[in-house]
Amino acid sequence: MSSDPLEQRTLSAGIVGDALKQVTRNVPRGEPPAWPTNAELQVVGKDVKRMDALDKVTGRARYTFDVQLPGMLYARTLNSTVPHARIKSIDTSQAEKSPGVRAVHVLERLLQAAELRDPGEEANEPYPVIRFAGQPIAAVAATSARAAEAALDLIRVEYEPIDHVTELEDAMQATSPPVFPGPTEQHATAGGGGAAKGLPQKGNLRGPSKGGSRGDLERGFKEADVVVEGEYRTQVQTHTPLEPHGVVADWRDDELTIYASTQHVLSVRDEAADIFQLPKEKIRAISDYTGGGFGAKYGIGNYGTLAIHLSRKARAPVRLVLDRREEHVSVGNRPSSLQRLKIGAKRDGSLTAIELRSFGSGGVAAGAGVGSCHHSMYSCPNVSIEHYDVFTNAGPCAAFRGPGQTQGIFAFEQAIDAVAARLGMDPIALRDKIDTRDADDVRARAAERRIGAEKIGWSRRRAPGSDTGPIKRGIGMAQSMWPYIVNSYTTCEIRIQGDGTVEAFCGTQDIGTGTRTVFAQVVAEELGLHAEDVRVHVGDSRFPPGPPSGGSRVTSSLTPAARNAAHAAARDIASRVAPLLNAKADDLIFRNGRIERRDDSKTSLGFAEALRRAGIETLVHRGDRRDDYEGYARKAGELNISPHAIGGVQFAEVCVDTQTGAVKVERVVAVHDCGRPINPKLVESQIFGGVIQGVSYALYEDRRLDGPTGVQLNANIDQYKIVGSRETPQIEVHLIELLGGQSSTDARGVAEPANVATAAAIANAFFNATGKRIYTLPMTPANVLAALRAE
Amino acid sequence: MSVAPHHPPGREAPGTFGPEPQPLSLLVNGEVHTALADPATTLVEFLRDALGLTGTKIGCDRGACSACTVWIDGEVAASCMTLAIDVRERSITTIEGLSREGELHPVQRAFIEHDALQCGFCTPGMVMSCAQLVDSNPDCTLEDVKTAISGHLCRCGTYPNIFKATLAAAEMTRTAGKKK
Repeated sequence: MSSDPLEQRTLSAGIVGDALKQVTRNVPRGEPPAWPTNAELQVVGKDVKRMDALDKVTGRARYTFDVQLPGMLYARTLNSTVPHARIKSIDTSQAEKSPGVRAVHVLERLLQAAELRDPGEEANEPYPVIRFAGQPIAAVAATSARAAEAALDLIRVEYEPIDHVTELEDAMQATSPPVFPGPTEQHATAGGGGAAKGLPQKGNLRGPSKGGSRGDLERGFKEADVVVEGEYRTQVQTHTPLEPHGVVADWRDDELTIYASTQHVLSVRDEAADIFQLPKEKIRAISDYTGGGFGAKYGIGNYGTLAIHLSRKARAPVRLVLDRREEHVSVGNRPSSLQRLKIGAKRDGSLTAIELRSFGSGGVAAGAGVGSCHHSMYSCPNVSIEHYDVFTNAGPCAAFRGPGQTQGIFAFEQAIDAVAARLGMDPIALRDKIDTRDADDVRARAAERRIGAEKIGWSRRRAPGSDTGPIKRGIGMAQSMWPYIVNSYTTCEIRIQGDGTVEAFCGTQDIGTGTRTVFAQVVAEELGLHAEDVRVHVGDSRFPPGPPSGGSRVTSSLTPAARNAAHAAARDIASRVAPLLNAKADDLIFRNGRIERRDDSKTSLGFAEALRRAGIETLVHRGDRRDDYEGYARKAGELNISPHAIGGVQFAEVCVDTQTGAVKVERVVAVHDCGRPINPKLVESQIFGGVIQGVSYALYEDRRLDGPTGVQLNANIDQYKIVGSRETPQIEVHLIELLGGQSSTDARGVAEPANVATAAAIANAFFNATGKRIYTLPMTPANVLAALRAE
Repeated sequence: MSVAPHHPPGREAPGTFGPEPQPLSLLVNGEVHTALADPATTLVEFLRDALGLTGTKIGCDRGACSACTVWIDGEVAASCMTLAIDVRERSITTIEGLSREGELHPVQRAFIEHDALQCGFCTPGMVMSCAQLVDSNPDCTLEDVKTAISGHLCRCGTYPNIFKATLAAAEMTRTAGKKK
């Protein structure tokens, strides 16, 4: 879209009700006029009920898990029982003869893991080398799940074991068994992933990557009046969406249909097209409903590849849905981290030096970085960053809500809190001093700190460790930062029938975020209808291309394209209806289900009646997401990344039992911005979710592997503790309306900003309660008691 | 709770069922349904795979997430931990049978009103537990709601809205009760 001619426009930008000012932007010609603030809109900015709520509360919503096709077979996967081995042979002959079995397939290539830069001798291996316990090897399709399961037991796999390593700090040692025999690359695929190319690799250590480094570190520390240092550790967290990864693959000679539990139908289609060498138009990927994703559900994956092979062999639809153990082990997790962080600051709080040496293990996958916060959040002239990925014989990592940043902010915002404590400064005053870039997220956080401090009652915050008894209470805060991302392609189509039916199409999907609802709201606003009057269609790769539900980018990408399409449709209708109302098209407005003259609202026609009388049968209009009016700071693949980020500030109130080590989060105040909130109620729901996942990460979740076998010890829901009803704190959400003057809706996302600061806010509250830093997640009694005992 | 006028015919000697699949009749949502099942078939498998009632979900298949919650004789139960042959003399209610004559249960209405769902995969189970609570105790408190869903996992983190919705549904039920 960058070739579109531009025109100068004057737009409002800033925080509504606080600091709105006029700015000049170069806007692509043809963009609709800017909307006023939400208070002056009819449908946008309102708490419209979730469009698919009725289907969800009645059990009618059909997930991939629920797809049942005539003649459908059930597939189960055979997974490695050992953590590291060459496979000498696989014998599937008995399984193939087992009752009910229709097809067996052995996986040729492992997706999602890093791959050797030079395959060397592994090129001659008959099967992919096993590098983690639970790695998929083969799958069986049978007439029932039980028949498939029984046949798995009949597959004979001959392993030749290789030494393995499961823990990050063991794998870092020069003497550790190498997970890969040589340097690796992790290529980005349509399924996501990808790590910086060409980095050195020694043993299991791949890196360093030094992105964000600048200035002269030594000079920075010399100039510092105080220096704080810490070694922070974060655990592996599994996504645990309630609907596991799964597909129903239906291979036909003329078309492959894939029902997928996914965050991006187009990535399912594209990765399958790549693997099976099929034209994209011969594949249709469908996801009516996806039961949660959180970052791990992209592409066709190993399980999807197996299902397609089985469907092709059996000539029948094949359902392959992972069980809970497979879901925990083999399809992604948030990598662990070890962050050695040193910060220098002057007496007035200004930062002089930031040094980060970090290590992260994403098991057999690269991409275990710790985000961008250390070098991009606050002003600091001297920054040195070295990050290493550390391979272990464990399941691959994947993006997970605020990937990298969640781990990074846990360490970084604690270190900033420590600087404040050392300087005797209020942590909020320190942020006021250092959070000063010229960007929307900075302005948002300034307002959010004020609001949050008032709501939590910051003024009643006491000195660290003030309680004299064994139960200690405290308050802490931490800040969010997440890039404001726009997808590089997004097109929406609006179809309007003569009877007044309005349909909207986009090849994005609604994984529970409320995409259908905000889509309908934007279209309804433009056509003067209620949101319920718009029938929204998403979750089908045949629709115009739409964004992945990841990176907090759907609302920012989808809604401007939706508005542009609806605006074009409205203008088209206005020009046809104008003669009926003795008006010029420009003088007609769409409001309350009617088309009326701006100067005389009594001269009007009902929407459907107007279409009928104008002789309209079908109108089809498409709209694209044009580039942001100020452009982008950088582009990475399909990500357009704005110079402005998304902010957010969270405050936590905790209670620590210093005798048992039990930590309870009693209250969280979350103050957030997401540009123009299209539906504040749904934004609040997203923020609840982000905070609750953050509490869960901070206090409970911890994937544990058994050292000798590499097997996950807690691969089910009763063993892998996640926040439930009883651990949910009181959460208060406050939302600001921030106009950026960047697109036709000015909406941004919030899923990730809502999650990244929570653990750090809790950790800072822990410090305020006890006077001790908690450097290790999760805050289990053992880790808490160790922290309390530390000098 | 709706109960059909006639109970399904129970087998005289339950021990004779199987091992091969044979017809099994269950009273589900007020109607007798018969389908082939073997003795190892769980209730949730019977509901989903034999009857096509896919509103009831499976999240863990071991009674740890409660996504599979249904009512057996009006009491909540994990249908993944219940064998289908064990509930032959019982009355099963699933999410599909919760609304009566097209009218949503107050809990369903309140879930919509208060946005007590996101991805929605845990929702049928949550609704069944909260509806049972509200029906059996319209005076329930926040603590009661927390207890009623303490075995349920919602990964999206909808708990605050589930609390609000269930308490609102309880209030609706109390008000409706007073009018009668």
